[in-house]
Amino acid sequence: MPLEAIKQVSGRAVYLPGDDIDTDRITPARYLKVVTFDGLGEALFYDERFNPDGSEKPHPLNDPRFKGARIMLVGANFGCGSSREHAPQAIYRAGFRALVGESFAEIFFGNATTLSMPCVTAPKADIAALARAIEEDPNLIVTVDVERLEVRYADKAFKVNLPPTAQKALVEGRWDPIADLLEASDLIEEAHARLPRATLS
Amino acid sequence: MGKSLYEKVWEAHALRTLPNGQTQLFIDVHLIHEVTSPQAFGMLRDLGLKVRYPERTFATVDHIVPTHSLAEPFEDPQADEMIRHLRKNVAEHGITFFDVTSGRQGIVHVIGPENGITQPGMTIACGDSHTSTHGAFGAIAFGIGTTQVRDVLATQTMAVSKLKVRRINVDGRLGPGVYAKDVILHIIRTLGVNGGIGYAYEYGGSVFDRFSMEERMTVCNMSIEGGARIGYVNPDQTTFDYLKGRPYAPKGEAWDRAVERWKALASDPDAHYDDVVNIRAEDIAPTVTWGINPGQGCAIDERVPDPAHYPEPQRAAIEEALAHMKLKPGQPIKGVKVDVAFLGSCTNGRISDFREAAKYLKGRKVAPGVRAIAVPGSQQVAKQCEEEGIADIFREAGFEWRGAGCSMCLAMNPDRLVGDELCASSSNRNFKGRQGSATGRTVLMSPVMVVAAAVTGRISDAREVFGAELVGA
Repeated sequence: MPLEAIKQVSGRAVYLPGDDIDTDRITPARYLKVVTFDGLGEALFYDERFNPDGSEKPHPLNDPRFKGARIMLVGANFGCGSSREHAPQAIYRAGFRALVGESFAEIFFGNATTLSMPCVTAPKADIAALARAIEEDPNLIVTVDVERLEVRYADKAFKVNLPPTAQKALVEGRWDPIADLLEASDLIEEAHARLPRATLS
Repeated sequence: MGKSLYEKVWEAHALRTLPNGQTQLFIDVHLIHEVTSPQAFGMLRDLGLKVRYPERTFATVDHIVPTHSLAEPFEDPQADEMIRHLRKNVAEHGITFFDVTSGRQGIVHVIGPENGITQPGMTIACGDSHTSTHGAFGAIAFGIGTTQVRDVLATQTMAVSKLKVRRINVDGRLGPGVYAKDVILHIIRTLGVNGGIGYAYEYGGSVFDRFSMEERMTVCNMSIEGGARIGYVNPDQTTFDYLKGRPYAPKGEAWDRAVERWKALASDPDAHYDDVVNIRAEDIAPTVTWGINPGQGCAIDERVPDPAHYPEPQRAAIEEALAHMKLKPGQPIKGVKVDVAFLGSCTNGRISDFREAAKYLKGRKVAPGVRAIAVPGSQQVAKQCEEEGIADIFREAGFEWRGAGCSMCLAMNPDRLVGDELCASSSNRNFKGRQGSATGRTVLMSPVMVVAAAVTGRISDAREVFGAELVGA
């Protein structure tokens, strides 16, 4: 049964400047001491957003103008470091449905795609122009078009990139691969019989 | 044109092309731990699925384990819930579990190799980005997210895209006091923290030929810090000698057949590489980080950068890093005061790391005011350190000698920095907040450099502190 097709994501956007934002920053390790992903949205960028006493720091995600944003604009190598899926889960659970960045770390990218959250890439200048536009008008509606591989806002648009495998998975509603993987039962059995494993001997 | 090990292993494990164009890849060994598996088991339950081949999955508990006492229940109720959850899941699905009572518990990337579970030519997956460690054996080892942990549990396969391969040659002789850790910190500094995106790194050259398995593991471990999800070294006699006789390694005739198979897996002399990088061993110095990602490093005798000399966006990144580290532009890194010394982690928590560190720690004392913690990577490493008198050397020097686990590498257990403490650390990440305090500061370095920092109370050049005692690798 196909899942929801992710052809485009529209909504307001927020810009998080900076390169090499690691997953420890996105979800500090102490928030990983959980056995479900519930409630992780509150952990999002916690130490960047809050002082130890719980008071808010200045941060785009604390800025009331950008509350309710669905699209996150980021820099290069976003999501580097730990493979924790808690990071994209926290972003998703905080209400985001797409990311636009200069580049994404591989494991983060895969984890996000499997959650149906496209991570498209674009040149720095295009992202900067969009960031300026939302700073001027935080209510600007931005569309990430996964099918046409472009981002549109106001009367402007720019091209974005997404690996064809991820694009196809999202647009065809196959972003969770489990159904496809389960189909190949005979091939799996053959490989299990053929390939070595570690056994006590 | 010949093939690389990566291509050979890929071809043996690729089952089919999925509808989206990715490959369905068979995973020989799946390693799981308490942090990234509970949600995966939950998803299996929701989907009514079972673990397809429990005999191909091995579990340990490492991230949340307290290192001062294993008395249960653990003081931290969340940690206690996590270990109980894992026990329930492995019992329900019939998975081998190296529990804290087994004598074989430890960091997942330490126990796989030491038990001989990690073998050449295997595909290995684990919900942990440092799974690249296992590539030291000529395995193709993937760090994966929790949904992929579910996929591997349910199908013993996962959906992946093929990477390009970059060969990194390190040739020549490493100088005294220069270790595997310095090699990888140098590589990351040279190629950047995102330089490896889209690549598997194949490490080779005369330095890697001479490296022990544990040194190769240190380098492969941090491939991900350079953006490469996969890092590996071709299997050779060093690999086979390490594996022979380990509990899960093949025995008898099966061993001989395995060695023949493993030899054939090594990259062909005329293998195609998408990129080749050559590094001179003589150019590598004892290296430390000065910033907030593992690529922000310098030789111990260099100065930290002055952002004024850099264009945007580097300038802003350097300013942010120096502000967090409370360092002044252009100041020497050597001499910076150290509050904590941490020796351990999946990067440098193996027996050879403690042996090497103990050589220089023996007869010395931790400097006043420094909190020094030694955390063996596994219970087996801990036992060996006791038997060889290494643990006593650490205790006598004033280190706290702890139980096995990830500990202060990521501070999911009670071991953590307080406030803006600065930690000389043999671990792999110096991200903001990584060691448990949002304002804590981490300086990455080799185990011997951690000892030098511990005994002097400053970031120090081990070559100056230990002088002629140091020998080259």
